[in-house]
Amino acid sequence: MLRAKNRLGLIFFPAFDWAISPTHPEREERLLYTQDQVFEEGIADVEGIKFYNPGMATEKDVQRVHFCVPDVMSRVTESHLISAGGAIKAAEVVMEKDVDKAFAIVRPPGHHAQRVVFGDRGFCIINIEAVMLENVRQRFGNRRIAIVDTDCHHGDGTQDIYWNDKDTLYISFHQDGRTLYPGTGFLDEFGGPAAMGYNINIPLPPETGEEGFLYVLDNLVIPILEEYKPELVVNSAGQDNHYTDPITNMNFTAHGYAELNHRLNPDIAILEGGYSIEGALPYVNLGIILAMAGLDYSHVMEPDYDPKKLKQSFRITEYIKGLCEKIYERWRRKEDISRETLKGREYVTRARNVYYDTDGIMEEQVQKFKVCSHCSGLNTIHSRSDRGYEIFAVSIPRDACQACIDEGYKIYKEIPTGKYYKIYLQDRVNDVYMSQG
Amino acid sequence: MIVGLDMGGTHVDACLIDRGNIVEQAKTPTDRSDLFGSIWKTLDDLLLGKDFSNLERINLSTTVSTNAIIEGKTTPVGMIIESGPGLDPSFLACGQENVFISGYIDHRGREIKSVAPEEIEEAAARFRKKGIKACAVAAKFSVRNPMHETKIKEILKDEFFPVTMGHALSGKLNFPRRVFTSYLNSAVYQVFKAFCESLRQALAKKEINAPVNVLKADGGTVSLDAAEKYPVYTILSGPAASLMGSCAFNPADKDAVFLDIGGTTTDISFVADGVPLFEPLGISIGNLKTLIRSVYNVSIGLGGDSAVSVENGEIKIGPRREGFPMAMGGPVPTPSDAMIVLGLLDFGQKDQAISAMKKIGEQLGVDARAAAQAIYEKMGEIIKQKVDSLLADINSRPVYTVKELLYRKRLKPEYVSIIGGPARAMAPVLEKKFQLPCRVPKHFEVANAVGAALAKTTAEITLLADTAKGTLSAPEIGLYEKIDRNFTLEMARRKALELLQQRASMLGAEGSEMEAEITEESSFNMVRGFYTSGKNIRIRAQIKPGLLYELRGVDYA
Ligand SMILES: [Zn+2]
Ligand SMILES: [Zn+2]
Ligand SMILES: [Zn+2]
Repeated sequence: MLRAKNRLGLIFFPAFDWAISPTHPEREERLLYTQDQVFEEGIADVEGIKFYNPGMATEKDVQRVHFCVPDVMSRVTESHLISAGGAIKAAEVVMEKDVDKAFAIVRPPGHHAQRVVFGDRGFCIINIEAVMLENVRQRFGNRRIAIVDTDCHHGDGTQDIYWNDKDTLYISFHQDGRTLYPGTGFLDEFGGPAAMGYNINIPLPPETGEEGFLYVLDNLVIPILEEYKPELVVNSAGQDNHYTDPITNMNFTAHGYAELNHRLNPDIAILEGGYSIEGALPYVNLGIILAMAGLDYSHVMEPDYDPKKLKQSFRITEYIKGLCEKIYERWRRKEDISRETLKGREYVTRARNVYYDTDGIMEEQVQKFKVCSHCSGLNTIHSRSDRGYEIFAVSIPRDACQACIDEGYKIYKEIPTGKYYKIYLQDRVNDVYMSQG
Repeated sequence: MIVGLDMGGTHVDACLIDRGNIVEQAKTPTDRSDLFGSIWKTLDDLLLGKDFSNLERINLSTTVSTNAIIEGKTTPVGMIIESGPGLDPSFLACGQENVFISGYIDHRGREIKSVAPEEIEEAAARFRKKGIKACAVAAKFSVRNPMHETKIKEILKDEFFPVTMGHALSGKLNFPRRVFTSYLNSAVYQVFKAFCESLRQALAKKEINAPVNVLKADGGTVSLDAAEKYPVYTILSGPAASLMGSCAFNPADKDAVFLDIGGTTTDISFVADGVPLFEPLGISIGNLKTLIRSVYNVSIGLGGDSAVSVENGEIKIGPRREGFPMAMGGPVPTPSDAMIVLGLLDFGQKDQAISAMKKIGEQLGVDARAAAQAIYEKMGEIIKQKVDSLLADINSRPVYTVKELLYRKRLKPEYVSIIGGPARAMAPVLEKKFQLPCRVPKHFEVANAVGAALAKTTAEITLLADTAKGTLSAPEIGLYEKIDRNFTLEMARRKALELLQQRASMLGAEGSEMEAEITEESSFNMVRGFYTSGKNIRIRAQIKPGLLYELRGVDYA
């Protein structure tokens, strides 16, 4: 029998009894053909590959990351907690050294879920990677972590959650926001005052192919990771860059995803989007599994794979080269940029409108970050949805200094009751979460 | 009257059962060079002076196929492997000649690349050159569409025999196991066929007309004719015989642990609501994993004759056996010696057992009796710990729906059934460790023969209806046909049960013993674009293993 070079944990949970709605892309059928392929290949018989059931994330796991309005349990379903629980399981078996690597093939996805949650955005309610990572940090101590997001959409949720966190480097590959939902993910979205430069967006032109993705990986992502030296690399493994995906415009392949995974060599991969359920997912997931296990993936190929048709144009190749140079240059200059931007400022604010496409909700939000020389800085969120709910959230970061902790509690206590629909306090130092209203 | 016969590594045991009572038993040593002869001699002894006209059936658990595989006395097989995209298929080369061909069928059973007849001709030429007669064909996703395997068999069948097709053996998805199972079926075909022929001749000579069935690893039977066609179904039926036999003496509807404690090993199995727990996919033989459904059975190197030693002040038992217990003149202390000292077993020279325990006692700083007690306790402890860890594995087998994850049944044994030489002696300590009632059947020495005798035909069917594509497949009976767009889950259920009856009849079941049930079903809405294009309906149905009768008689309960 085959033996995996890397011991690999698989959390394969297709949630065959859950859908957003019967014809929604996020429906029961989504991982059916992937399961067929994984079963037919006999993956479970490969020595060194082990299947695990997901656990269930707790309310507290979610509160470490999100401010759910009105509360966690009214926003999420069991399926969301299981999806996040699957991600947590993946991290757990890696951290406990039961396996070398783990891949959670779970649904629904999470990378569009931001800090404040009024509803479902881009099929996501809670950010399963972030819920996983904060659970890991709580149980196994703080870790320096890099998230490489290879979903075709900008992971605006993950960006938001780790905006001001230097210990979490977020790098997102995605189709240029001018041409695709959610319309964000540009170069100047560069991180908050405590983590400037640690949010890296790589907006790629439509029709980017294998050549382009691997170029970005080799010439930009890997060099940055070598400098950052993460203790843990997570691949947010969305599969909608595939050439058959119905809702995007890229030309990536199953072999390309496997190759990318092989070169990136993540500790943990978590499925995100990807809705070509027959033509892409069975092959892409298989490719990633084989690459992570250190097995030969050269025979993984889609039925209609045609390298000539998928060849990237010269124009795109040149554009990507220029883009990588620009992004790398900004990464190199991040300290200077940070110094210039923050000079003499006590606070930095970030005001945005957030649209919840799946639920049709519009949110207006202002985040306010304290520039603190001792820690990442206390920060607050003032937010209002077009359904008339107005909330205020106080967040004490993991590395908060005593002054920031005290200030956080003071603000939380001094807000007059009744002023907001809900007031939240997120104390990451003491792992304490409260709300009123 | 029913004859049950179990061929083990050392003995052939047989019993004659009349309306729930064991009326006769026979036992002969196994002659490995003449397996048929050993069986026939045992049958002959058993039936001596009996009236054959009352025989309802003869059920055999044989090691004919198993031994051929383990001893390498199989026929060379030419393999045709259609692997499609996926894993590097080179590890699947299990035949004497292996030809990888380029056609392929995808996960929905669509033909992506057709079979190239010239590749098959070339394979045939290679087999011919090597003088290979037996072939097997296995294609990826052939259970979704058997067309390629059938086509290839058509090309080969005039020149080669047998030509096993993967889809006919099991409807489960797992291409590597399909390859190995197909290979094994062709590899043991001749050996098993010769056995069938000898048996038929011998029965005819004695004018015995009773139908003959062969036990399968899942605790069910197949008719001799079906077994001849699919001899791979008869491998490794021993643990199933033992488990079914034990079941016959125990309550029929509870969760339980079943232990078979021998000289060298202890076999551990489970029943859930009285039905044997299966391996998730199939049994392994040698280094080949198969799709042959089998009872879950884990063997640990711990038995009455296991070597006992003391390492760093701790008692160690097994996994090796060095020989007989010292009470029987063996070289090292064993758990049997301990149980003799404690008065739980009575054989051999007690004084030698005592000196064995003294030896252990010296290293532990205690007397012989205390050493014996410690070994006895330790043996119970090892078994308990192993059972607990197996239960933890079983209860965390992967599930795929929210409902199963949250509300699935967990196996929770209510009693322990023990058979084997030290069964009665071990019952008290196991009762203490497990905190569960322990049951020891009275006639456990013929449990395997009883299991074979009372087993019924089992069968499975896998049905997939894809209404978007307009096809229905049921690989185990080679069915692949067109269906209407309006085919429903209810229609699929009915169809599956009907096909299951067909399959069971093919395997030798008689109408009265068929208790069909649907074990899995799902129906997926298939959506392409924003519209429903059809339904993907999947059903698995089975006739589960069961017993013709239950027997009475448990003497430790
Ligand atoms: Zn992305
Ligand atoms: Zn996406
Ligand atoms: Zn501070």
